[in-house]
Amino acid sequence: MDIYIDPAINIGIPLLIIVIALITGTTIEKRHYRSIHKREKELLTLPVLNCKQYPVDRQVERVQFVSGSVVISIDYFKRFLAGLRQIFGGEVRSYVSLVDRGRREATLRMKEKCSDADLIVNFRIKTSSISKGRKKKIGSIEVFAYGTAIRYSKTA
Amino acid sequence: MILTNIEEVPGTTIVEHYGLVTGSTVRAKHVGRDIMASLKNIVGGELKGYTELLEDAREQARDRMIAQAKELGANAVINVRFDTSSVAQGASELYVYGTAVRVEQEK
Repeated sequence: MDIYIDPAINIGIPLLIIVIALITGTTIEKRHYRSIHKREKELLTLPVLNCKQYPVDRQVERVQFVSGSVVISIDYFKRFLAGLRQIFGGEVRSYVSLVDRGRREATLRMKEKCSDADLIVNFRIKTSSISKGRKKKIGSIEVFAYGTAIRYSKTA
Repeated sequence: MILTNIEEVPGTTIVEHYGLVTGSTVRAKHVGRDIMASLKNIVGGELKGYTELLEDAREQARDRMIAQAKELGANAVINVRFDTSSVAQGASELYVYGTAVRVEQEK
């Protein structure tokens, strides 16, 4: 009897995991993007520059090194899609949204640490894949964003 | 201690250079976090355990660099850079380095 049940379980369980991953993964991503958009709007007044120059016509009150980081992973469904993509080639959209979310989240966390600053100079961002699952596929990435926050004194 | 990743500390002048200061730490993930992370891997999203782990490790490396700079009598570290390398399966090294200087407020 077991012989007839086994194939059903073998296909059924991964399929169930993929369906669960599809539903929860999509919900989590949508919620994350909503929160990213909201916070990006709030922090729009804090400019981030990736050059080393800064305005020197005002008096500097405080200088601070700021950083933000996040480890983020994609769901099984997207990983499955990415696996299919490797057959035909082309842009792997499921990974594009993963790195996009990671970078924006890390940048936001960095900005949130110094929301009273006037600007952030020499902004740098580093991305690394920290865990590789089976078949060396990228499972999750770490994004580390850092820069130097400058606050000018308001009197003068 | 002021840290910057540019070649100066805005609003101040560098009065003395002390040379390179470094800090590093090698960290391994632990099993409990690994299990949680692999579960979270199914649905995607942020792996908070790993985020905290890496934040902690970076802070430790940074603190070690700051301690070294303090010993030299510096009050700022400029040109801070970060580097990460995996030394073994499941363990990675976080390395931070910069130039220790003493700065004085511009009049």
